[in-house]
Amino acid sequence: MILTNARLIDPASGRDAPGALWIEGDRIADVAFGAQPAPPEGATVIDCGGHALAPGIVDVGVSVGEPGARHRESFRSAGRAAAAGGVTTMVVQPDTDPCADDPAIVQFIARRAAEASPVRALPMAALTKGRRGLEMAELGLLRDAGAVAFTDAGNTVADARVMRRCLTYARTLGAPVIHHPQEPRLSDGACATEGEYAGRLGLPGAPAMAERIALERDLALAELTGARLHVDAITTQGALTALRRARDAGLAVTAGTSIHHLSLNEIDVGAYRTFFRLDPPLRAEEDRAAVAQALAEGLIDLIASQHLPWDEESKRVPYEAAAVGAVGLETMLPAALTLYHAGVMGLPALFERLSLAPSRLLGLEGGRLTRGAPADLALFDPDAPFVLDRFALRSKSKNTPFDRRRMTGRVLRTWVGGATVYDRAAEG
Amino acid sequence: MFAHRSLLGVEPLSQADILTILDLSEDYVALNRRRDKKQAVLRGLTQINLFFEPSTRTQASFELAGKRLGADVMNMSVASSSVKKGETLIDTAVTLNAMHPDLLVVRHAMSGAVALLAEKVNCAVINAGDGAHEHPTQALLDALTIRRRKGRLQRLTVAICGDIAHSRVARSNIMLLDKMENRIRLIAPPTLLPPAVDRWRVEVFDDMAKGLEGADVVMMLRLQTERMAGGFVPSVREFHHRYGLDREKLAHAKPDAIVMHPGPMNRGVEIDAQVADDLERSVITEQVEMGVAVRMAVLDLLARQIPGEGA
Repeated sequence: MILTNARLIDPASGRDAPGALWIEGDRIADVAFGAQPAPPEGATVIDCGGHALAPGIVDVGVSVGEPGARHRESFRSAGRAAAAGGVTTMVVQPDTDPCADDPAIVQFIARRAAEASPVRALPMAALTKGRRGLEMAELGLLRDAGAVAFTDAGNTVADARVMRRCLTYARTLGAPVIHHPQEPRLSDGACATEGEYAGRLGLPGAPAMAERIALERDLALAELTGARLHVDAITTQGALTALRRARDAGLAVTAGTSIHHLSLNEIDVGAYRTFFRLDPPLRAEEDRAAVAQALAEGLIDLIASQHLPWDEESKRVPYEAAAVGAVGLETMLPAALTLYHAGVMGLPALFERLSLAPSRLLGLEGGRLTRGAPADLALFDPDAPFVLDRFALRSKSKNTPFDRRRMTGRVLRTWVGGATVYDRAAEG
Repeated sequence: MFAHRSLLGVEPLSQADILTILDLSEDYVALNRRRDKKQAVLRGLTQINLFFEPSTRTQASFELAGKRLGADVMNMSVASSSVKKGETLIDTAVTLNAMHPDLLVVRHAMSGAVALLAEKVNCAVINAGDGAHEHPTQALLDALTIRRRKGRLQRLTVAICGDIAHSRVARSNIMLLDKMENRIRLIAPPTLLPPAVDRWRVEVFDDMAKGLEGADVVMMLRLQTERMAGGFVPSVREFHHRYGLDREKLAHAKPDAIVMHPGPMNRGVEIDAQVADDLERSVITEQVEMGVAVRMAVLDLLARQIPGEGA
């Protein structure tokens, strides 16, 4: 199969140029930048119409409701949403019920994903039993069962001794520890970032500093243990300062941020709109801008959707009582493209954060348009405008903060392992 | 012309709206002092007082206000466990809405909950307190009390003291007094001040003597006992020593300064019995009287917006 007349985006080489790409089986067989040789007789030719062709997005930290909450999201619905969003690998959170702190659950997740999801889905396992932060989970057995990383998802391990042991123990297992740095005692009961806005709304807030405090401890523990630590989401200026210092000191710590914290700020919450209730809570505009800048500079390594589906009932309640999180698989690319349209980042750099860096983090082959790489690809029109209708999302849950927003950038077609998993033209 | 369909907060009110409510309240103060207090302006209308948070005083005040104006008044207290609190809210709203109430008075422990409920019903909604957000009728009754005692509601120095961070009464009062162009001072230990309070148009003090200097009005707030457990202040004893209003501290305010409290009072905590019961200075019982009148005025004004038959 040959994809011709494409605008090839290769984050590995930083190239953004016209060209063609050959797929054989489930792999990329060849890539030609510039001059496009005539396709051989009998080959399937797909004309990309000059649109952008990039390695598929690898999304670290997707919550799927299997097992435990299939009414919110199944592997089938999440996988379809991912395919429509140009996401070719979902790295799945262990925040299931029962929690993925047991090898059998990790195997179940991997099996269900393989059966039902049109895109790849890789399980992560809990770092501590029950994600309670008290006892280390069976990390070795979980790794053997197929876990690609260890994380307590949205829970912070409060106990420094437990965290230290986990980091030390995980060091030799070949999978990173991913942590959510929000000082739990300062964040207790909070549903907003402390400040003028939360104060006027009368919402209990946690200081932005809660992120830096937790991060500083984690950075110190990473230094102490020499472990490979990834921070799931940095969302504040204060935490960036700490991260920069650690990086400058040569610490092997990587960090992500969430597409929502990159796109929205606390004012977007408006009159208690619960689809904007996230963890960490949305931040001040200065924080959002600093995070975008840090992403462009490469201080922040990757973007994640932090896809977290909730049914309508969980969000149709007062703000303080509302479930925390938003769906993001289908909206991550158009939301991220605002950085490209604003001139903050080129497309290769953007896909470095969306595809190559997360692949590197987990030791995956994706994120490259090179011979032999898996044919996980997203074809998209970066300039196509549309207004998001949340009820048109493929996810079972429709809790997106982008409802009725004008967005720019549409996925046209997605391939996983050389097979088409989404085709906008065919779906109509 | 008062054109609001609901009263969810002080925030959307203009100066003119506030004065309209206060002027009408004066009529009801006079009416409430007569032997025959019954009016018919709400005749035929149904008022439901829906309280998700226990309240005796506010609920009684709204009940009396509705009854004096001729409405059929029903009280509903929704006992709610902290977990289920939110879940029943919309169902309750939809259920009540089906009974065709005309006026819904709602109190809820969470900020924004009353506005959420208001979206789901098609009658007038009055916010009787939502979380730490707003309590508009309290601010209005305080304003009426101040205007009657001071002869004006402008260019006064008002000191608000105590647990401001968690107080909806403080938020609504600050907004109202600011709209009416008064000088507002907040006096509290730093742990009980709202974050980023420097961005509000107020002066902040942590010392009672300095904060009360030259004040025309001293507004005390209730210190919730759970704030003690939360470690916001070290002890009742210390709070009373530093922030409890007694004669000595009150002496720093203007000689004719009035003392207010939204009730219920913790005597010996935020206010001394001597001050609370001083008829020269304390207007606390008058606030209760004004409360009924203000609520009658609000019910009356909102009822005027309800379309009549054939409309």
